Amino acid sequence: MSTGSAEIINVTIKVWRQNGPSDDGHFETYDQAITTDASFLEMLDLLNDSLNEQGSEPIAFESDCREGICGTCGVMINGRAHGPQKATATCQLHMREFKDGDEIVVEPFRAAGFPVIRDLAVDRSPLDRIIEAGGYISVNTGAASDANLTPVPKDAADQAFDAAACIGCGACVAACPNSAAQLFTSAKIGHLALLPQGQAERWSRTEEMVEVMEEFFGSCTNHGECHEACPKEISLDFIAFMNRDYVKAKIKNRALSGQN
Amino acid sequence: MSENILDSKVPEGSIADKWENHKFSMNLVNPNNKRKFEIIVVGTGLAGASAAASLGELGYRVKAFTFHDTPRRAHSIAAQGGINGAKNYTNDGDSVHRLFYDTVKGGDFRSREANVHRLAEVSTNIIDQATAQGVPFARDYGGLLDNRSFGGAQVSRTFYARGQTGQQLLIGAYSALMRQVSAGSVELHTRSELLDVVTKDGEACGIVVRDLLSGEVTPHSAHAVVLATGGYGNVYFLSTNAMMCNVTAAWRAHRKGAFFANPCYTQIHPTCIPASDDFQSKLTLMSESLRNDGRIWVPNIEGESRRAADIPESERDYYLERKYPAFGNLVPRDVASRNAKTVVDEGRGVGPLTNGVYLDFSAAIERDGLDTISAKYGNLFDMYQRITGENPYQAPMRIYPAIHYTMGGLWVDYHLMTTVPGLYSIGEANFSDHGANRLGASALMQGLADGYFVLPYTIGDGLAGRLGEPAVPTSDPVFTQAVASVEADTQRWLSTNGTKSVDHYHRELGRIVWDNIGMERNKEGLEQALSDIPSLREEFLKNVRVPGSADTLNQSLEKAGRVDDFFELAELMARDALTRDESCGGHFREEYQTPEGEAQRDDENFAHVAAWEWNGAGNTQTRHREELTFENVALSQRSYK
Repeated sequence: MSTGSAEIINVTIKVWRQNGPSDDGHFETYDQAITTDASFLEMLDLLNDSLNEQGSEPIAFESDCREGICGTCGVMINGRAHGPQKATATCQLHMREFKDGDEIVVEPFRAAGFPVIRDLAVDRSPLDRIIEAGGYISVNTGAASDANLTPVPKDAADQAFDAAACIGCGACVAACPNSAAQLFTSAKIGHLALLPQGQAERWSRTEEMVEVMEEFFGSCTNHGECHEACPKEISLDFIAFMNRDYVKAKIKNRALSGQN
Repeated sequence: MSENILDSKVPEGSIADKWENHKFSMNLVNPNNKRKFEIIVVGTGLAGASAAASLGELGYRVKAFTFHDTPRRAHSIAAQGGINGAKNYTNDGDSVHRLFYDTVKGGDFRSREANVHRLAEVSTNIIDQATAQGVPFARDYGGLLDNRSFGGAQVSRTFYARGQTGQQLLIGAYSALMRQVSAGSVELHTRSELLDVVTKDGEACGIVVRDLLSGEVTPHSAHAVVLATGGYGNVYFLSTNAMMCNVTAAWRAHRKGAFFANPCYTQIHPTCIPASDDFQSKLTLMSESLRNDGRIWVPNIEGESRRAADIPESERDYYLERKYPAFGNLVPRDVASRNAKTVVDEGRGVGPLTNGVYLDFSAAIERDGLDTISAKYGNLFDMYQRITGENPYQAPMRIYPAIHYTMGGLWVDYHLMTTVPGLYSIGEANFSDHGANRLGASALMQGLADGYFVLPYTIGDGLAGRLGEPAVPTSDPVFTQAVASVEADTQRWLSTNGTKSVDHYHRELGRIVWDNIGMERNKEGLEQALSDIPSLREEFLKNVRVPGSADTLNQSLEKAGRVDDFFELAELMARDALTRDESCGGHFREEYQTPEGEAQRDDENFAHVAAWEWNGAGNTQTRHREELTFENVALSQRSYK
């Protein structure tokens, strides 16, 4: 079967240009003809090629795998993190989602926790600080027992995977009116807390990760925009799960915490 | 041939005892002395992150470098299918020896037996380690780990996490790394790109990196340097590699004396989505686990214009099932890829550009039901639909081979040390374990084997004798000269001021490499490449335009240096392919094939590794050899009939 449906469309790209972190930044407008089989980032590649040939500086934007798994890409497209298509990272968005004559507004992820580096590139390193605070299971290389020694109920393993699917792109933060990072943090906490291997450090991990999260990001007021923007459709249930574990962690008698 | 013979330092003893005995005979660094040694690890994919974490746990002072914004972006993350482990949980006859045997045979007898056996031995530890870290491998209803058969293996030894095994393993290794960052044993440098390897008196003593945001160029010294910087598939421009994958770290090490081995061994993955237009930026791989249930076919006739559904069974050619009845659609990657090229070249390709073959799930859906197929492959089907706009539940997928993995890389001995003392290379960046062709689900295994279970032992052996020696200070002239040279290169790019973008030249180079050093090679094409590549490079150096400045994020500037290194690599690939007058695995020379069109090895003259020594810019590299002996797996012609 041939697609047979590819066509050339003309779009107007209104894109945020900012020379550096301290620059004010402004919008620039460009016209671009493009086939609908192209990806959104290939459209930007083409635009950059022509900017380069005209002697202008290309638009800085980040991407790497272009398969929707590394989490490097991510921009606001017409006000939505990763653009209009559900469960789709920016790199997997294709121009068939747009029509001839469309104006497309492209901005960096906007959040206090993600300062702009240049044009569409932002600094998402605070997400690593959250992981550093406890997003791991403490097992040195060589210390593991046989992998089948501890059965993990299939449901628990599947749910842990649903959380672990997070690609760390930061769209949840960008989509949130409060720039909160609850969906990211709860996905990381949920992944480990649902598995038997993650129990030993469950309460300290939750407490420490949540507290580092709050140093960088806003508070969650249950808008649910994060889930709408998430390319992996991480469930809001994980936020509830994290909140419950955080409260539990706080009220436990930590001196006796082996005895919950 | 008058080439020098390299010593791989493989220990004595029977194949099954070599590693065990060698672990005992290697020198150890006392736990309290480990903190006196500094180790640089470049790259934070599976190999780099696992190595940096493990070395940090042992007590070494580690500096880890990645050019990404976070270690978790490395391209290991995109591996879909799975990771092999000789656990024999399925009781179907697997063993360390069988995994070893399959890997040597699958590599078409061009890998080093001792390394491969060690890889198979530690494969089981990797599964244990990853599971303990919380990697959510697929489980059965009893809660135990599930396995599948993968990429032509006749036992089920592949562990998987839906279609995102690489992602989950990388998150595991990354979390172990971040734990050490938090503990203070690993100092993490993100957005830092290696631009030179520094040596003093022939030994590695550090690196020079450029901060990709500020442009600052800084020297870093250590007692040992580990390169875990991945493969060079992007020399083809279009590949399944991530956009930023490059050969620069390995190549700059090569220019400092590290031999580069078997660059012509590149792997084509048979199940990628065909290109849809001329400015396509990369190709997307669909896990070859799809071949377990999909049937590959093309129409019987050239120029078929009917939709797949309208072509009756009798007018379809299920060419793999027809030619290879025993393995059918599960023949190894190189065989599946070349056969796809053959039918497309015959004019029987499908799709708008007639550049693909069908991968059809209708029989599997009929047999197992839509739900079963969706549970197994749902995310892959969704990805296919997002990219092509077509629904693979209703019409067959279109696939075509693309460059996916590079078996060649920096030559390393049994200790994973390059020919530069103190400089190690692990993961896809080295050449060691896959011979001329890598088996499915073995890349993740090798990266983690090197990082978790091999390098942490062997690096200690190299360091033990150096107690009390300080690292070379970064004030040493070898560092100041290296920094100055990197800064001069940067200025040269910015002042060239030509008319064409770096990408333009990269795309042109990729065309030459794909056409002449791709799925099939011949003498004429390789000689053509050896003349076309340098002339294109000359134009590139004169006419490239790198806008912007050095002291800010400048993606064109980053790419310029990487593409320049690809030019030199491409030339060496052509020379290596031209010198290897045989076909083996991913290196298929049209002149050397069996009457059935299979790769025809020449074991008498080419059962060796070719390792190339840099002789300065503008000079041809010198070819060295490491002889390969096969004492445990009898040399045989691969047959998948």
